[in-house]
Amino acid sequence: MNRLHVSKIALNISFMAYSALCLIPLLLVLSVSLTEEQSIFQHGYRLIPQNFSFDAYKYILMGNSPILRAYGVTIIVTAAGTLLHLIISSMFAYSLSRNEVKYRNIVSFLVVFCLLFSGGLVPWYILLSKYLHLKDTIFVLIVPYLVSSINVLIMRNFFRTIPDSIIESARIDGSGEFNTFVKLVIPLSTPVLATIGLFVAVFYWNDWFTAALFIENADLYTLQFLLQSIMNNIAFLQGNALTVKAAAMQPDETARMATCVLAVGPIVLTYPFLQKYFVKGLTLGAVKA
Amino acid sequence: MTKKSETTSVRRRIPFISEIIRNKTFYAMMLPGLLFIIVIYYLPMIGVVIAFQQYNPFKGITGSPWIGFKNFEFLFKSDALFQITFNTIFYNVVFIVLGIGLALVFAILIDEVGSRFLAGAYKSILLLPYLLSWVVAEYLLFSFLSVDRGIMNYLLQLFGVDPVQWYSEPSYWRYILPAAYVWKNVGYFAVIFAAGISGISTEFYEAAKIDGASKFQQALRITIPMLAPITITLVLLQTGKIFYAGFGDWGLFYNLPKESGVLFSATNVIDTYVYRALKTMGDFGMSSAVGLYQSCVGFVLVVASNYVIRRYDRDSSLF
Repeated sequence: MNRLHVSKIALNISFMAYSALCLIPLLLVLSVSLTEEQSIFQHGYRLIPQNFSFDAYKYILMGNSPILRAYGVTIIVTAAGTLLHLIISSMFAYSLSRNEVKYRNIVSFLVVFCLLFSGGLVPWYILLSKYLHLKDTIFVLIVPYLVSSINVLIMRNFFRTIPDSIIESARIDGSGEFNTFVKLVIPLSTPVLATIGLFVAVFYWNDWFTAALFIENADLYTLQFLLQSIMNNIAFLQGNALTVKAAAMQPDETARMATCVLAVGPIVLTYPFLQKYFVKGLTLGAVKA
Repeated sequence: MTKKSETTSVRRRIPFISEIIRNKTFYAMMLPGLLFIIVIYYLPMIGVVIAFQQYNPFKGITGSPWIGFKNFEFLFKSDALFQITFNTIFYNVVFIVLGIGLALVFAILIDEVGSRFLAGAYKSILLLPYLLSWVVAEYLLFSFLSVDRGIMNYLLQLFGVDPVQWYSEPSYWRYILPAAYVWKNVGYFAVIFAAGISGISTEFYEAAKIDGASKFQQALRITIPMLAPITITLVLLQTGKIFYAGFGDWGLFYNLPKESGVLFSATNVIDTYVYRALKTMGDFGMSSAVGLYQSCVGFVLVVASNYVIRRYDRDSSLF
């Protein structure tokens, strides 16, 4: 009995150590962002700020810093992208889940095949930039990700579990198919829509790649792309890449880390409230075509 | 003959049209999504022909001259192809084995911690890194590995070890990249496995306990075999991503090493190669040749592994 107790404690200690490993990097960046620039030069990065200071945040939130604009772009893209993704994909998935739709299997195959083969990055890039003319517009950050095969399959499998009798009875009451979908199926499917919506929102929020490929106009930088740009060139934070560093006293190092904190902030702050949906959502992940 | 009866007879003669009309609401709901996948997924598949062209951005696909296999010839002659193919396969095998293996261990152990509250808390904390981007991960890693300010070198110095130039020695990255992958993804796999474990009937364990099986034996003989279908599905999906030009995890190879050219021997993979060829050289023909090579290898890999799995365990195969 005693041995069992010891092994449980050892197990908990190991899990706590690993949990710390997940959290410490975030705390370290937070701590650096709250340190006085000068003390970074003297002591390097420390887990506890040697000289506490909000200078970095003052510096990046005041003046003509592009970060607020990047925040705006990211919020618009995330909100619009997630909403459109849910609308288009759920309608698509619902029509594929109904047995009376004769061509559902052919179309489902088209959806599954996208998981197996792709044209690759270059034709995709040429299509979006040259033929759809989306380069350097806010739409390019939203449009390419409005439907994802795997999400359509997850939703379709969920819609299939809704008993036919419910939909049949609505039909007898004279409800049109679209009306049934909006008034009956959607409310019954909120758990699956909410979890997929959360993951899609995180995807849009974290997407740096699309901006890196298609965006040159500094007004359309997303938060993640701005973050990536300032890692190698802090001048982006001054709002103009060509500005020569004016004074040596600018809080460059800490401002960089502060931008990182602002970029993860919304995710980390909402995570405690949403984590159970994320955990639940992953169990939906085991899909079969 | 009136117009109405004419259309009814057309309807009857062409089953396609009559089906569309009968279920018009459903097909209308299908249309935006279907159009989307045709345009965004299928048109680029036709676009792979530019791998056989000397693509000119001003002339477009229809106007560019055809050059046969010249793009591939150039590619197969360069040393880069071997290196990026090797790195791609090497890392992904390590990622899949380490990531899924450790997640299995975590998921089994997390049920043994003796408190539902703590188990839930560990799961949530382990999953958190999965929600961060690789750009953010680059910052987190840099705060540890920065040569003059990072925590790692500070700790090394405390123990009297010389500081290490992390960003200029390729061999370290063969360990750093898998560690980063595990850090970010293990929670994701572990949560999926944990859900699978909670679906296993307790009767199995009770019977095993009566027979005197230890916890370890129970895990080995009950839990792991029962999780086999989930494991296979996860492995298949991850295998698919290797050569898929995935928009997911290659940020790991691109962002974490901070584009340090010295590290390319250990950090360049097919995705980063294609991206750099397109972005910095603007070489459309060659980069799409690599892309096509990547898509084909990936397709064969997924279909082949699915075929093997289908022969042994039909229910676990993807299709």
